Amino acid sequence: MGIAETYSRGRRLAVARPGSVVLGLVVAVLLFDLGVGLATGDVSFSGIGSLIWEGLMRGLVVGLAGIGLSMTYSILNFANFAHGDYITAGAFSGWATTYLIAGLGRADVGALLLVGASGSVFGGTLGIGVTGTPLAVAAGALVAGVFTIGLALLVDRTVFEPIRGESGITLLITSVGVAFALRYLMQFVFSSSVRGTTAQPPSLPLYFVDGVVRINAHDVALVVVASGLMLGVHLLLQLTKLGKAMRAMADNEDLAQITGIPTERVVRAVWIIGGGLTGVAGYMFVLWKGTLGFNDGWLLLLLIFAAVILGGIGSIYGAIVGGLAIGLTQSLSIIWIPSAFARAAAFAVMIVILLVKPQGLFSGRSTA
Amino acid sequence: MSVRDDVAARIPGGDAGLIVAILLGIYAAYVLAGVGLGFSLRGQLNTIATLTFFIAVFALLSLALNLHWGYTGLFNIGIVGFMAVGIYVMALVSKPLYEAGGAAQVGGLGLPIVVGMIAGTVAAALLGLVIALPALRLRADYLAIVTIAMSEIVRFSFLSGDLQQFQVFGERVGFGGGSGLILDYTDPIEGFLSLFGAWDAYLGVVSAFEPLFGNPKPVVDGLVYGVVLLGFVVAYYWLLKRTGESPFGRVLKAIREDEDVANSLGKNTNRFKIKAFMLGCALMGLAGILWYMRSGAVTPNSFRPRITFFVWIALIIGGAGSNTGSVLGGAVFAALLYQGPRTLKNLIDAVLPNAGAPSGFGPAVAPLISNVDPVPFLLYTLDSIRQLQLVFMGVVLVWLMHNRPEGLLGHRKETAAGIPLTTQQAGQSRAAPDGGSEDE
Repeated sequence: MGIAETYSRGRRLAVARPGSVVLGLVVAVLLFDLGVGLATGDVSFSGIGSLIWEGLMRGLVVGLAGIGLSMTYSILNFANFAHGDYITAGAFSGWATTYLIAGLGRADVGALLLVGASGSVFGGTLGIGVTGTPLAVAAGALVAGVFTIGLALLVDRTVFEPIRGESGITLLITSVGVAFALRYLMQFVFSSSVRGTTAQPPSLPLYFVDGVVRINAHDVALVVVASGLMLGVHLLLQLTKLGKAMRAMADNEDLAQITGIPTERVVRAVWIIGGGLTGVAGYMFVLWKGTLGFNDGWLLLLLIFAAVILGGIGSIYGAIVGGLAIGLTQSLSIIWIPSAFARAAAFAVMIVILLVKPQGLFSGRSTA
Repeated sequence: MSVRDDVAARIPGGDAGLIVAILLGIYAAYVLAGVGLGFSLRGQLNTIATLTFFIAVFALLSLALNLHWGYTGLFNIGIVGFMAVGIYVMALVSKPLYEAGGAAQVGGLGLPIVVGMIAGTVAAALLGLVIALPALRLRADYLAIVTIAMSEIVRFSFLSGDLQQFQVFGERVGFGGGSGLILDYTDPIEGFLSLFGAWDAYLGVVSAFEPLFGNPKPVVDGLVYGVVLLGFVVAYYWLLKRTGESPFGRVLKAIREDEDVANSLGKNTNRFKIKAFMLGCALMGLAGILWYMRSGAVTPNSFRPRITFFVWIALIIGGAGSNTGSVLGGAVFAALLYQGPRTLKNLIDAVLPNAGAPSGFGPAVAPLISNVDPVPFLLYTLDSIRQLQLVFMGVVLVWLMHNRPEGLLGHRKETAAGIPLTTQQAGQSRAAPDGGSEDE
């Protein structure tokens, strides 16, 4: 009797939601494979620990940068493809500052301001790092945030404001134009070379079951900065009227305007918060991975879109959780598939979510 | 509507007249530039061949995109992915079998090129189906993100070492990984003409050019290939015009205007969207094949999203929703934005022999700041024209979206009826087919 009942319930589930069943099967197969790998010693616990840690770090960057994208997406109603290049712009402005402070007197000012374009000066030689040059790094992160706020406001004023009333697709196409103009302008100025930016940071080996997981000073810096900013945004949106106004605008802009909410001022606040977080995220991303190239932001952007869609557009918690999920997926997928397809796995997760729950995990909570 | 009427009314032949006039203007400008550069006849013909090639490929791609965006309202920004799949599958099928010690690291299946072209086109259509099944039910901006993510996945896959070589039917084939793939089959022109036994006659025609300039074959090949591509443009145009005017095309336009209405009239809009999407993807795959077929080798990194961006600019210049506009946009984009800056650079280089541009932005700006000497900066700017070109295109796109989002010929009212409804309409629809053939 019990078996028949279980069987018929399973059958109903399989008929009603075939996608979920397939998904469950895939997850089961992957876990089984992982279990076999662990049992036979092909996969080590410490190896997985390192991957998880790396995934969390990448996820924090994606989540931090995703907050800004998610906010503009829900309030201005368009997918901003220039967001990735705001990340790069923040990174370059911040790193130019860091180089300048860390290397003043030791190298040519022009080379420092261009972040060592074409190998004129190296971050490693300057000993740049959280522990080596804490002041330069802090100043760099600050400048990255401020510069990106300025850039976002400037672009909004000149490009997006005149066509505010147009459809989301018009704005999207326009933002693609902005993205290309910014990206190749940066290549023009900073050259297309990918440079190393930091000296090897000190790291702490943590023992984990059968080996070591290394956590370095830049990981710690990223965790502190990212969680601090996320907490700050949370408090800002929960405790001030601005947060309420944003939620109202995301819901219904006309109604918000009639109620007396200064919508243009809210839009400006969105760009300021989003731009600042994005710039700092770009700076911390480069600090964490230790290299900087003009394509970094663009490559990160697609992951950020995946994270924002995964979390549900408009929700900052969704962006954070989505970012962590995407980061972990990308890192952990190499247990099962070749590393060249790690990025593809992250997109696959996004597509699966679009199929199973198109409104995202944290849907219906606009901007808070 | 009104602007377009003004333009078309002033030029005899309507839209086709407009295209011919613009093409003539473009070619005249390039020939003049060639005179300025002191080109020989050979150089001039070469310029014309290259220009025709780019005009044709951008026209093909924007026509295919017009089916997606202009007719059906599908926001596809993964064009380059379909192109890459087209040419890679075509290479896999048509490359000669692997021989140890040859230049190529991997072989192909050694089938005729036509079979390869069909296989590549079908593969692009199937990839379109795979994307369409999950994504078309979603909002337009989600489709955008999914398609661009797909195009990057395609690029990363071709880059990866895992697909570098593998076995199919016991033959060693593959996609070559990051080092690229040599397209070592018989030149398509030779293959095609030999099929009709006309290759020797063709060589005879080529040697007739011998007195005019030395080694005429590459130049004549280029010109012939350009004309073949223009033939494909006409075929695409005809196919899309027929599609757009058919009952199928009317449903597509209805979907673009309001999908819910089309749905409530009993049309299975998802079905229609999938079909239209697959057709467009197939056309993009074929355009990708035609673009890279004669390039000798392909590398995955040629298929960056910037090509998608180029096609979108071409379509927006011409005006989404209009096939004539798509061809026009492709031509204007190729001539002014794509080839234009490079020709301009050559022209300036010829006038002012390059005194060695600085290697980076730093050395270029330093003299400007220290002793107000702008020359190094200008030289560097000129030297980086390929990057600045993209900046310029971005600005042009923003400007277009601000000032003329409907493009040169976009947003026209196309009658949904199969028969002419007014005398004026009848006159127009009679003008277009003549013009289409006269165009070449």
